[in-house]
Amino acid sequence: MQLNIKYFGLIAEITTCTEETLELSNATIADLKNVLIGKYPELNTKDFQIAQNKEIVSNETLISGEELALLPPFSGG
Amino acid sequence: MSDKKPKNVFIEGAISSEFIGNSIAKHQVKTNIGAHNIFLGQVRADNIEGKVVSAIDYTAYQDMANEKFHEIREATFEKFNLTCMHIYHSLGQIKAGEICLFVFVSSPRRKEVFKALEYVVEEIKAKAPVFGKEIFEDETHKWKVNT
Repeated sequence: MQLNIKYFGLIAEITTCTEETLELSNATIADLKNVLIGKYPELNTKDFQIAQNKEIVSNETLISGEELALLPPFSGG
Repeated sequence: MSDKKPKNVFIEGAISSEFIGNSIAKHQVKTNIGAHNIFLGQVRADNIEGKVVSAIDYTAYQDMANEKFHEIREATFEKFNLTCMHIYHSLGQIKAGEICLFVFVSSPRRKEVFKALEYVVEEIKAKAPVFGKEIFEDETHKWKVNT
C-alpha cells in the first residue's frame, strides 16, 4: 500500500521535506514509526504523535491508507 | 453536534486591532448579548538562554486544525450558553508584541463567557496542530512547546 505522509514543524526539519510517499503493507502505526526512525534516526530522540485521517492514533492502530501526518508538540496560541 | 462545515480560522499575518474592533462593532446588532469576553494571544519577547525572541513563525496542519477548531466550537456551545463565538489564528511570521490568537465569545450573561473563554483557549492550546517557531534576533530559532 502506498502511504502519503506529511511532516510538520521540527519533524519537517529532520526529514527535510513536508510530504513523501512510502510503500508499506499490513502495518500498524508502530511499524511505520520503526520504518521512519530507520530512515531518519534523529526522530528517535524527538517527541511526536501520528495522525491518521486527521485524528491522533496510537501505536496499535492499523494503517488504513488514509492521510498520515507526523506532528511535533503543539504550540498554537 | 451540528453538520456545519468547519470554517477556516487561519489568517495570514498578525491580527490587527482594527480587525478586532470591527468584530466587536459587528455584534452591536445582536442585542440579546449582554456580555462579551475576548482572549488575545500576543507574541512574547521571551529571553531563552540569553537570546531574545523577535518573532514566532506559525505553521499548521491546516485541514486537521480546522476540524479540531470546529470540534472545540461545537463542544463549547454544548457546555455553555453562548450566543456566538469566533476564533482566529495567525499563520506566518508574527513579531513580538503582535497578536496571533483572537478568541471572542458572547452570551446574554457574564458568568458563561468567563468560563467558556478559558475552556476554549485551553482546548486550542492542547488540541490544535499548530506549530510555532521562535525566531531570535540573530535569526537562529527554536521550536516552541506549549506548557
